[in-house]
Amino acid sequence: MSETPVLRVADITKTYHVNSSVLARLSRGDGRKSSLSALDGVDLQLNKGEILALVGESGSGKSTLAKILVGSTTPTSGEVDYHGAPMPLHRDKDASRRIQMVFQDPYSSLNPRISVGSMLKELLLLHKIVPRSEVRAESVRLLNLVGLEEDALQAYPSQFSGGQRQRIAIARALAVRPDILIADEPVSALDVSVQATILELFASLQRELGLSILFVAHNLAVVQHLSQRVAVMYLGRIVEVAETAELFRNPRHPYTRALIDSIPRMSAESINEEFVLEGEPPSPFDIPPGCRFNPRCPYASDACRTTDPALATVAPQHESACIRASELDVLAITLTQRTAGESAA
Amino acid sequence: MTTPTAALVSFKERRRAVRSRSIKPWYRNGSLMAGIIIVGLLVLVAVLAPVLAPYDPVAQHLTNALASPNAAHWLGTDKFGRDVLSRLIWGAQVDLRVGFLAVLIPFVVGSVLGAIAGYFGGWLDTVLMRIVDIFFAFPFYVMVIVLVFIFGSGEASIYIAIAAVSWVSYARIVRGEVLIAKKQDYVVAARLGGMSHARILVRHIGPNVLSQAIIYGMSDIVMDIMAIVTLGYLGLGINPPTAEWGSMINDGQEFITTLWQQATIPGLVVVITSLGLSWLGDGLSDLLSPERRK
Repeated sequence: MSETPVLRVADITKTYHVNSSVLARLSRGDGRKSSLSALDGVDLQLNKGEILALVGESGSGKSTLAKILVGSTTPTSGEVDYHGAPMPLHRDKDASRRIQMVFQDPYSSLNPRISVGSMLKELLLLHKIVPRSEVRAESVRLLNLVGLEEDALQAYPSQFSGGQRQRIAIARALAVRPDILIADEPVSALDVSVQATILELFASLQRELGLSILFVAHNLAVVQHLSQRVAVMYLGRIVEVAETAELFRNPRHPYTRALIDSIPRMSAESINEEFVLEGEPPSPFDIPPGCRFNPRCPYASDACRTTDPALATVAPQHESACIRASELDVLAITLTQRTAGESAA
Repeated sequence: MTTPTAALVSFKERRRAVRSRSIKPWYRNGSLMAGIIIVGLLVLVAVLAPVLAPYDPVAQHLTNALASPNAAHWLGTDKFGRDVLSRLIWGAQVDLRVGFLAVLIPFVVGSVLGAIAGYFGGWLDTVLMRIVDIFFAFPFYVMVIVLVFIFGSGEASIYIAIAAVSWVSYARIVRGEVLIAKKQDYVVAARLGGMSHARILVRHIGPNVLSQAIIYGMSDIVMDIMAIVTLGYLGLGINPPTAEWGSMINDGQEFITTLWQQATIPGLVVVITSLGLSWLGDGLSDLLSPERRK
């Protein structure tokens, strides 16, 4: 792919310094680290017109990355390139217009005291998207685009359900005509029955408006049929990136395998049933040496405990940060046999 | 461009459902209506004082001093022969005006400072809030009395004294509310929408945080009227001979055993005023709380 990605981040890190007062340090006494590394060298690119899913557990840093992309948080180091040019650290009105966000919680993302119509009107006029006389028509067009009717204009957010609120939030994001949409777990707060309709809405926005969408999720199942590519994140780093079908067919990182296996299925088959991810991710205060996944990895070798692998190409359009990426299939079979043998004995 | 296939949601139907189970309309709110009626009547009396009052409230008739209630003077006359009812009616004008105005200034000053401190945070917040702490450390009446003493008695110094002391409460309330509101995603969304901090603070955060300050303001009017009455009683309030409830209680207490109504009736009026304002504040808090809209 030679085309310039619409959005590209290079070696982004984000470190939070936890406020450690003199008193707190005295009482703790030990030399525990007081800085938290939310993102630790993230490289990612979003291509024009694609939906890229960003998947990871809670605390993996995906929301922090989303906030950095829209400019509401500044990275500790690294930069965000928009169409090949770096985005300024503090974005002006026009720069922030181009990358819009849809939030996880549709309740806190809409102002309870501003009606849908005046919310859209404010944005349309502020950015001079349409002349004053066409504001109403444009607002109705936006509402129809997200599957709502004109009569929603006069209403306040409290009069809508969660799914409808999320549609309104999407309409707001689209009002300023962005070309990138960052969706931070936009369906995880919704009923399962509503999730599908919102996912379908994102797909149609991509088709019809040619939007490039970064879709953050904590669950691979949600994005399986939506995204073109998937990036898997673990503890502040991208561990695997591939096209969706390729990732599901041929996962090259043990963590991705665990995520795929954790998707509930009607059939009994899966890549390997025995591999269940145990425990919680290590504290971001104290990232393990070597590969950051090694304490939970069933295939971890001695080398895994000392080398910190970078993303490397393992197949066309497929990158993984696992030094044993090529051996995984064999290892998985061995593991299955071993556990089968144990349970037989 | 076609409309996405997702079913168009009939919003009208839903709105009807929400309306039908919504909270009772404002005119069905008992305490709000009681408050509106009492405060409304008092305001009416204050405004119509020149028409309603049978006598000049400051005209002295020493020959007719300390009269018991009779047909000519329904509540009798005080020690200078002034009609007590007329003074009570004119007193409403003074006390209500001072009460409302003494709330308005600290309400505006405190809310603006509190909102700025809460929104921008950092050293500005630290400095402002430490100043607030210092003001809070002094008891309300002690501060007011000292300030009125410094500035001299009279309406203007009462405004200054009360404003100087009570802005801190508004600052604290609004700051707390802003701290909550600014973490909401709609504020982040407004920033992404390219809006300025001033616009976000005034248009997006303001309406969500002011209701608490308004509700507090209602009870603060009660506090301020009590303060004026107390100051009047201590001889630090509105200069005599202006009719004012506090000084009427002060004047009447000498004769409490013989002419009890001279001190008691103004006292009762103060109680009723406070009750009306409290009910009004209570009703407003029901009306303005965001849950009502949920």
